[in-house]
Amino acid sequence: MSRIKSKSLLPDFKLSPTVDQVGIEERTARFQTRSIKSETKVVGLKKVLNMIDLTTLEGKDTPGKVKQMCYKAQHLHDSMPDLPTTAAVCVYPSMVSLAKAELIGSGVKVASVSTAFPSGQAPMEVKISDTKFAVDQGADEIDMVISRGRFHAGDYNFVFDEIAAIKEACGRARLKVILETGELGTLDKVRRASDIAMYAGADFIKTSTGKIAVAATMPVTLVMLEAIKDYYYKTGIMIGMKPAGGISKAKLALHYLVMVRETLGDAWLTNEWFRFGASSLANDVLMQLVKQETGNYQSADYFSID
Amino acid sequence: MAKTVTKKNVKVLENGNGVAKTNRLSVLKTYKIYIGGKFPRTESGRYYELKDSSGNLLANMCLSSRKDYRNAVVAARGAFGPWADRAAFNRGQILYRIGEMLEGRRAQFVDELMQVGSSKLSAEQEVDLSVDRLIYYAGWCDKYTQIFSSVNPVASAHFNFSVPEPTGVVAAIASESTGVLGLVSVIAPVIAGGNSIIALASETKALCAVSFAEVINSSDVPGGVVNIITGKEDELYKHMSTHMDVNSFIYAGSNAEHFKTIQVNAADTVKRVLDYSKVEWTSEKGQSPYYISDHQETKTTWHPIENIGGSSSKY
Repeated sequence: MSRIKSKSLLPDFKLSPTVDQVGIEERTARFQTRSIKSETKVVGLKKVLNMIDLTTLEGKDTPGKVKQMCYKAQHLHDSMPDLPTTAAVCVYPSMVSLAKAELIGSGVKVASVSTAFPSGQAPMEVKISDTKFAVDQGADEIDMVISRGRFHAGDYNFVFDEIAAIKEACGRARLKVILETGELGTLDKVRRASDIAMYAGADFIKTSTGKIAVAATMPVTLVMLEAIKDYYYKTGIMIGMKPAGGISKAKLALHYLVMVRETLGDAWLTNEWFRFGASSLANDVLMQLVKQETGNYQSADYFSID
Repeated sequence: MAKTVTKKNVKVLENGNGVAKTNRLSVLKTYKIYIGGKFPRTESGRYYELKDSSGNLLANMCLSSRKDYRNAVVAARGAFGPWADRAAFNRGQILYRIGEMLEGRRAQFVDELMQVGSSKLSAEQEVDLSVDRLIYYAGWCDKYTQIFSSVNPVASAHFNFSVPEPTGVVAAIASESTGVLGLVSVIAPVIAGGNSIIALASETKALCAVSFAEVINSSDVPGGVVNIITGKEDELYKHMSTHMDVNSFIYAGSNAEHFKTIQVNAADTVKRVLDYSKVEWTSEKGQSPYYISDHQETKTTWHPIENIGGSSSKY
């Protein structure tokens, strides 16, 4: 709450702007008609790689799997020189210390999910200690989930206070707030949840956990980007955006970049303000990059398993 | 331009179906390509004119680009796993179904072959033979594994056996001289063996190829197992052979230079390249289980066995 100095700046979230769904869908369809080729494509694809939060969030995660992923984050495809690293790796709190140790000196950040991810159905104390544990283990970023049940029940104050409390528990770690838009139902609610999250102290807003069928879509992301824009005009504070889940093709990722560029501008086109939460996107981008270099279409057989 | 096209097509309708000219506007078919169980137009937006033997325009065929081919490979790769996992018997049922569907459309295929220059007799023979060939390979689906498998004698305490497994995604440049038989003879053994395929149809006889895609599409063949594109061999053979996600290559064309380049390109990813350019598809030699085994890889298993009784039996 420290970010918003005056209480009078806090809006009534019931009055969050409504969204023109048809307009949003038409606008996102336009982004997908952009053709990005040759050198521009290469620059764009390398940017995409550098914006990826390489993610593994499975019950079956082992230390070996996390180690392997951390190695991949730093060595995306060694036979190709001049490739960036990914922005971060995203793991469960129990894997944070291991990931941190693996990534020393690489510049790759460690993001940890918390607050009883993915459901968020746990008491406040548990969520706070979950978060503090991850931060103590060395997490640079915390990905929390909002209480969707409370949100649907109209208990916006609860959702707001919860985010503010977790933000406090984060200390210096940046906070990403997962709205789980697939469970929110309408774009109006996505907009409202975005507003709540930003005013409560989120550094990033993120679409999805990746654990339910409907994950990031372009319309939902555009609504969130518009919310970020309005918040920026009002307060002068930049908020980051992270679509997660369902973005596995290089072409789609480029279309997202176009959308960010045309909604928020160049300032957001760095991994400080925009991320992709993805596990299989990196390989598709790499295949496209190698194709640009060699001229031959690539096979997944020649890339590391992720 | 459009006007003359319409005129010529009305004329074709008269010739082909023997229908007297009426005032009714003819409904002309749009010949599209077949990728992933759908009929898209070529993404390139390019077309070539397909003409009959006397130079009349029959149709505007898609002049497929390397991007179309690439999309087809993606579809074929996705379809390969589930298709290979189907029970062999079920694959046989589906191939038989293709044969049934083709039989039901016999008249259309005969007509289309005659439009691109076949005599009535040879057109009928070609369609009949194509149906028979599908039935032939339908029968082989659950039998070739037994024929090409072996139990191997080894000196250690192992049960050692070899079985054929489908190689993956197969690309094919079909024979230029036949409209449907050349295509069927290449596709049937490949999919009977559990592979998926992308076939470039005969450039000058492509009418039947697109109609055959419709037959495939109504025969319970999962989308992506068979993909058929039309266009020019000249433009595509290099891209087809350099694509790294293709495991095997069939060349049934007639250009020796092309074949050489294909072999060189294929070596980069150790694709096997099969030369079917000399095969006479109408003859007895046009069908054999060896066309199935051409696209199989042999997996050998060493299974440790305990020699409890100390008897001399190996197993």
